[in-house]
This record gives sequence, structure tokens and C-alpha cells, in this order.
Amino acid sequence: MRSYLARRLVGMAVVIFLVLTIAFFIVRLAPGDPAALMLGPEATAEDAAELRQQLGLDQPIVVQYLKFLGNAVRGDLGTSIFFKQPVTQVLLGRAEPTVFLSLFSLAIALVIAVPIGNYAAYRRGSFLDQASISTAMLAASVPSFWTGLMLQRYLATDLGWFPAAGYGGPDAHFWERMRHLLLPSIVLGIVNSALILRFTRASMLDILGEDYIRTARSKGMGEARVVLRHALKNAAIPIITVIGLTFALLVSGAVVTERVFNIPGMGNLVVSAVLRRDYPVIQGTLIVVASLYVLINLLTDLAYLLVDKRVRY
Amino acid sequence: MSRTPSTPMEARFLDLLFSRRAVLLATIVLSAIALLCLCAPWVAPDDPARMSVRARLTEPGMTFWLGADAFGRDVASRLLYAGRVSLGVGLGVAALSSVVGIAIGLCAGFFHRLDGPLSRLVDAMMAFPDILLAIALVSILGGSAVNVIIALSIVYAPRIARIVRASTLVIRELPFVEAATALGVSTPSVMVRHVLPNIISPIIVQATFIFAYAMLAEAGLSFLGVGIDPSTPTWGTMVNEGRQYLDQAMFLILFPGLAISVSVLALQLIGDGLRDALDPRLAKDI
Repeated sequence: MRSYLARRLVGMAVVIFLVLTIAFFIVRLAPGDPAALMLGPEATAEDAAELRQQLGLDQPIVVQYLKFLGNAVRGDLGTSIFFKQPVTQVLLGRAEPTVFLSLFSLAIALVIAVPIGNYAAYRRGSFLDQASISTAMLAASVPSFWTGLMLQRYLATDLGWFPAAGYGGPDAHFWERMRHLLLPSIVLGIVNSALILRFTRASMLDILGEDYIRTARSKGMGEARVVLRHALKNAAIPIITVIGLTFALLVSGAVVTERVFNIPGMGNLVVSAVLRRDYPVIQGTLIVVASLYVLINLLTDLAYLLVDKRVRY
Repeated sequence: MSRTPSTPMEARFLDLLFSRRAVLLATIVLSAIALLCLCAPWVAPDDPARMSVRARLTEPGMTFWLGADAFGRDVASRLLYAGRVSLGVGLGVAALSSVVGIAIGLCAGFFHRLDGPLSRLVDAMMAFPDILLAIALVSILGGSAVNVIIALSIVYAPRIARIVRASTLVIRELPFVEAATALGVSTPSVMVRHVLPNIISPIIVQATFIFAYAMLAEAGLSFLGVGIDPSTPTWGTMVNEGRQYLDQAMFLILFPGLAISVSVLALQLIGDGLRDALDPRLAKDI
């Protein structure tokens, strides 16, 4: 166990190092002078030279790279060109809506997908099973921004059940801000429930085919008890894995959904950063999100280890 | 549809593939959409760029089957021309990411020394959420259809690479590969002529799904305004343009949205069908 943990931590460090390297070189992929690109066509040669010096672009690439790595390890991801503030500070200022949007939509997705997925597996081949699988596939095929626009139009604009957009303004109370996240979370929750539903159904199907379920049934245990005490308990374990898997999906979905509902979160920030050519912010977002992904997947693997006594490394 | 299959194997494969009616239907629908878009210059009712002030936001009807947009341009014609770009990007990404993914995966699976570094690189690439990495890449490469294909191929190639590596590790241990090596066949030739044909099934299945994901991702990028230049109509840019008129002209986002959803759904169904038909061992319920 301890050696497994050590191995995983070293593996994680290597992957995060590569993530930093990729994020560093992506910006250098740009054809031409990055400084001129960031400033746009109106900038003078002096402006570009000044920015080059400010960003350290006038130094050899190896020096830039080592400096970048050193700063990143210390938590310094550079300075935003647009906001003139440290990237970490800019990102933290936009984190609240994104974190809550992701958590709410994950909760909604689990509430929709886990009971239906389990029930569909239990009644395999039934109408409900077929219908749930088809709906899940449909939900995974519809672009999330389209679902968002449709629900925004009908549920918010026409029926007035939800705020149509925004985050309640700068002085809004916490609950008012959360109220603005309800409809976006439902949209993102529906989109993400598709993957979780298929996953839950498959894992429940595996478990219902296990010997111990047959044993439980053959010793005359009531059906309700078989399902509730034996099957459901074990089917709950793979859901941990799904949470790790859906993280990437949640972030991608959040970028688009925040744009649809005009929520000032990290997703909206990164799209604005692209339009403003604020490369340090794009780079910083890539690093933070990818590192979180690696970390969450390590944690879900460890949680698996704690919950499922059969898994040994 | 009436083509006679040339070999019994092929006949069996087609039987298996189309044994599920949903897969058959999906293939017909997708082929019809692709054919209509391909023949857009001949079948489109109007010039997709012709503007008409008097026709602004006309509801769907006899003159404009699917309505007219804010510039009075015919939505049906634009939908057909946009489909060429949207489907083309999806197909391009599926092809390019497969080629790159196969190269990386074969090298990682075949050369022990390269396996560690390449696998870690693939892990790191897969840590970036697809839309986010694509946004970053397109913002740097510039928003043309070719650059969007390159960016999305960089995003999806690691998925192919991972599958190719895993399959290569299994195949390379089999006696026929050993025999070929012993007979003096060069390593590149063993990789391409002996290993690759035996691992092609999972690659085709994955490429079909990547086709679908790439179409969704391209639509997302165009919707965000950071994808293909808005002057080129794609289904994603059409939704983005129609968004401002959500209250007056719902049909402007309804039809391109449906076009994306139907095509992606058809591709996912075909992908599922291919997986079941090509490799029965993979035919699981997930």
C-alpha cells in the first residue's frame, strides 16, 4: 500500500511536470512574436519590446522555461496582461461560481443517473431500460449550449421560473448568487448524467451476474434484500471512479454553460482571455485545471482502495 | 444498399452491424445528411450568402423552408453549406488523430524505452479537458477550419494512442510476430504489416466516436466565438448568430442544433454497432 502510494505520487509529479511543460510550449507554438500577438495589430514596436522584457521573452528559451517551472512550483503563474494582476489571484476571484456550478451539476447528475441506472440494470431489456439508455445517448449527443439556450428561453424567459442569466450582480447575497446557478446546473447535470447512467447500469449488470448474488437468491433470501443489501452496496463503489472521470466533462461543460448564462466564472474568464489574447491567463487556467484533474483521479483511486476491500495493490 | 458483399466475412460483418435496426437507421440518416451537404451547390434552394433586407427573420414557410436569418439569408441553404464544414472537420479530426495516435501508440507498445515517456505524455495530454485545450490551441494557431482540425486532433490523438499501445502490447507477444521478426522482417514492416491490421477494429470504433466528439467540440468552439472564423458558416456559428434573436426567431437555433444532435447521435449509434460487430469481446453494455 505504502509503495503503491509512493509510486502514484511520483507518477503524479511527472505528469504535472509534463502538464507545465506542455502549457509552457503551447504559447510558444504561436507563429511570430508572442508579445506582438498579445498586443494586437495597433501596438508599436516599442510596446512589443517593453512587453517582451516584462514577460522575460527576450531571454533564451531554456532560461524562460526554467524560470517558468520555478515560479509555477512556488504557485506563481505569471501576471495577467489585461487585469495587471497575478494570474492565481484572477483565477481565485472567478472560482466561486465555477466550483458551485460543478458541484451542483454533479449532484444533479448523480441524483438522476444512479437510481435510473441501477433500476435499468435490474430490469434489463425492459421498456424502461431501453428508454433510459436511448435518452442517455440522446443527452450525450445534444450540444450543452443548445440545451442551455432552449431551457433558458422556455423555463427562464417564458415561464420565469429561474433567473435568465448573470450571477445576481456584485452585491448579491450568497443565496441569490446560488439561485442564479440553478438552471445552469440543471443543464450541465442533464448532460453529465448520460455518462454516469451508462456507467452505473454497466456496473450493476456486472454485479447482478456475480456468484454471491446467485448464492443469496438460492438460499431463499428475499429479492428486496438481495438488491438492497448485496447488490446496491457494491454497485456504489464504481460511482467514485465516475466522479473522477466526469471532472473533465464538467469543466468543458462549465466553459460553455457559463458563456450561455453569462456567469462570471473561470470558464467565461478563459474565453474572454482568448478574445483578449491574455496568454498568461489561458496558460494558468490550463495548468490549474489539468493539475486538479490529476489530483482528483489520484484521490478517487485511493478512495476506491479504502472502500473496496478486494482491491489490493 | 444493394451492393453484394464480396466475401462471406464481409457479409457476416454487415449482417452483424445492421442486425440492430437503430444502427441501420443511423447509417441511412447520416449518409443522407452527408450526401445532401456534399451536393449543396446543386440541392440548396438559394445562395447561402445572398442577403435580403425584406426577408429578415422570416418564419419557415413556402419561400424559405427553414426560415431566413437576421440578414435575410436562407437558413436551409446555409445549413447545407455549413454541414460541409461541420462534418468535414469531424471527419478530418477522426482521420488525423487516428494517424498520429497510431504512430505514438505503436512506438510506445513496440519499443520498451519509449513506452514510459510516451505514456506519461499521453497521460498529461489527457489531463486537459478537451474544450479547454482546444480553445488554447485554436487561440494560438488561429481560427481556420484546418487549424481547428489540427487543434482537435492534438486533443483526441492521445485517446487513440492509449488504445493502440494496449493492443500492441498484446499482439507483439504472439507467435506470428515473433516468427516475422525471426525471418528478418524489419521492425517498421512488422509494425505496419503484421501488428496494425490486427488492432484496427478498436481504432475504427474509437475513430467513429472521435468523429462525434469532434463535431460537438467544433460546434462548442464556434458557439464560443473562438473556433472557425464566423464568416464561414458552420452549425455551431449558426447557433451563435441565432442566439441574439432567441426571443423572436427560435428556429434560427433550432435547426442547426437539430442538425448537430442528429448527426452526433447517428455517429454514436454507428460506433456502438461497429464495436459490437467488429469485436464481440468488447460488446459490453457501457
